[in-house]
Amino acid sequence: MADAHNSPAAASRRIDEATNTETVGHEWDGIEELNTPLPRWWLWTFYATIVFAIGYCVAYPAWPMISGATEGVLGWSSRGQLQNELDAQQAARARTVAALADMPIEQLPDHPALMRAAIAGGSAAFKVNCVQCHGAGAAGSKGYPNLNDDDWLWGGDLKTIETTLIHGIRQPGDDATRQSMMPNFGADGLLTAEQIGQVADYVLTLSGKARASASSQQGAQVFADNCAVCHGAAGKGSRQFGAPNLSDAIWLDGGRREDVVAQLTRPHHGVMPAWGNRLDPVTIKMLAAYVHSLGGGEDFAETPAPPDTQPTEAE
Amino acid sequence: MNKPDQIKTQDRPASLYAKREPVFNRRIDGKFRRLKWAIMVICLAIYWGTPWLRWDRGPYAPDQAVLVDLAHRRFYMFGIEIWPHEFYFVAGLLIMAGIGLFLVTSAVGRAWCGYACPQTVWTDLFQHVDRFFDGDRNARFRLYKAPWGPAKIARRLAKWTVYLAISFATGGAWIFYFADAPTLQHAFWTGTADPVAYATVAVLTATTFVLGGFMREQVCVYMCPWPRIQTAMLDEKSLIVTYKDWRGEPRGSVKKAGKNPDRFGDCIDCNQCVAVCPTGIDIREGPQIGCITCALCIDACDRVMGETGRPRGLIDYATLEDAEREKAGQPPTRHLKLIWRPRTMLYFAVWGGIGLSLLFLLGTRVHTDLTVAKDRNPPYILLSDGSVRNAYTLRLRNMQGRPRKMEISIEGLPGAKIWSDDVGMAEAGTALTRIVPADETQSLRAYLVVPAGTPAQEFTFHLQALGEAREQDSAEAQFDAPGEQ
Repeated sequence: MADAHNSPAAASRRIDEATNTETVGHEWDGIEELNTPLPRWWLWTFYATIVFAIGYCVAYPAWPMISGATEGVLGWSSRGQLQNELDAQQAARARTVAALADMPIEQLPDHPALMRAAIAGGSAAFKVNCVQCHGAGAAGSKGYPNLNDDDWLWGGDLKTIETTLIHGIRQPGDDATRQSMMPNFGADGLLTAEQIGQVADYVLTLSGKARASASSQQGAQVFADNCAVCHGAAGKGSRQFGAPNLSDAIWLDGGRREDVVAQLTRPHHGVMPAWGNRLDPVTIKMLAAYVHSLGGGEDFAETPAPPDTQPTEAE
Repeated sequence: MNKPDQIKTQDRPASLYAKREPVFNRRIDGKFRRLKWAIMVICLAIYWGTPWLRWDRGPYAPDQAVLVDLAHRRFYMFGIEIWPHEFYFVAGLLIMAGIGLFLVTSAVGRAWCGYACPQTVWTDLFQHVDRFFDGDRNARFRLYKAPWGPAKIARRLAKWTVYLAISFATGGAWIFYFADAPTLQHAFWTGTADPVAYATVAVLTATTFVLGGFMREQVCVYMCPWPRIQTAMLDEKSLIVTYKDWRGEPRGSVKKAGKNPDRFGDCIDCNQCVAVCPTGIDIREGPQIGCITCALCIDACDRVMGETGRPRGLIDYATLEDAEREKAGQPPTRHLKLIWRPRTMLYFAVWGGIGLSLLFLLGTRVHTDLTVAKDRNPPYILLSDGSVRNAYTLRLRNMQGRPRKMEISIEGLPGAKIWSDDVGMAEAGTALTRIVPADETQSLRAYLVVPAGTPAQEFTFHLQALGEAREQDSAEAQFDAPGEQ
């Protein structure tokens, strides 16, 4: 371990016989280290990295200051770069956006390329604005309509979907909003608990979920007196009032007897923002195209002539 | 090459770096040299010629016989067209190439290194260029030692220009395997080709220039892993270039041997075997990593033996086992018998087995393919009449150079009806037909609806190219439905 010589390290340097190279002057357990210079290419590379680092610090933001950092002579910043990329994206989309803005939504199906672009854009907008209620796959959940199926409360053609999106559901302050109200038959004492049970039994027979019974037969009269005005005599609903079709297999608020009783007692009323206040018309058009494309979209020709023949969203 | 006895630590500082000794190999003629010529011509002709072969594939596919179309992810080879999902053909060929090397190496040693390796072929070519400009061995050595002057500079520049021209042709040929050769050639010279093409040519020109022109045997000895692997592949039954030391030693010149008929062996120490060696080794030191088995030393030695009236084959292809037999005075084994032994036969069986399997697959493959991806969000949609809908994304592949009509049908899902975006639910039926464009994959979103009460189950999508009995494919899929409520 000990240095073989007591003199300063410089004096203890010696030439190694085997290699003709100077040693660094230390000895550890009989092992000495040769003082071999670094290869010149290595040193040049090292100096080059220093030069590069200085240049980099001057050119780019580098030194932290009290508030913020040095800006660098190139003026580059990550935020600026992001903004440039966003601007470039916007510019790239500008033509499509302009074409969509000029195109009445009724004519969109005649322009397949534009329609595809609209659906793609709508898919992105849906994931930002709509998934919170309707789910990532637009399948909805109890109380939130499934947008994939063929059952529509207010109608499923492009124009109607667009209108629903612009004005929302039950939005105060929007005169054209989708508005419908089912009375609190139970909570307000309009019907007795017995009548509610009877009408629930009847409603379940409409869609074949329950068999006709004495109770349901009595319920039929209660239905005709209180419900048919909105839901139609056959319970097929009405898109004019957004009254759900009660005779189909789709139940917005659940299809069990207790669900129907609960809805009759104190109805649940879904709401949707009037997106016309929040999103630009092009985005809404794209959203309408996307929702229409999910598998349940209707043609304009299929506008419901007699309300009772068309299915609507049921409770 | 390193010779341990030459390193004397007292005289000079030891260095781990051995400076390269340039190799100036002498011109030689003989049967192996002629074989080498023939193989070089064949290899270069294949390399430079292949991209220019045409193969009519009709209007929907390129007409180049051998084409790696990276942009469209296709590989064309004469009548065969490989799609990316059929990459096992390429994998199979690579495995065959690997096992083929094992087979060749275990049978005839480093024949690949000596004759067919690109490094060998181009080095050989460049050495002929050397000879053309600088003369044969001694002249080149003199020029190497000579001080730099106008004459030497002129010769060197001329030679390097030819090096560069060959390298450029080498790099230039490579890009034609990846695009239509005549079109690319025109684009290349008019400066409108893809930058990747220019970069590829530049890189390959540079590597050929450096590796073939200057590094040469150093690539084989220091850079290439194959000699190391080959050392493990060779055994005592492999044919390698062998100096028959029991016959040659002790060495003596013709004059010495004439005076003392019994004291000297057949080797007259003329050094011709070293002079002609392209890697500059002395084969008389025994098998070594620098020997690429090109057999030029056999040519050289045979010529000298012939001139001195001694039997040829002092340096010859022989196995280590045979060397022992010959040393004991027994006749050598016939080469064919050496090649056909269990080890090589096993390699050949594996190699041939893979080859036959690939041919079988190639013969029976269909040009129609179907893959199915199910929508999982949501898994199913309940429709207003109680029926249940599932959505799928189908991919129909038409791997032929013409548009084809294909039918998609459902098997094993009672009552199912299928429709698509462009068909509409009203026209839903038990099958869909589509025309798939030539050589394309078409994506198709399909809806499937079953009557109320159908349970979740597995079923099969079936794809049939209409009018072609064998051209079909199936894909399993899951149908989801609501459970008990």
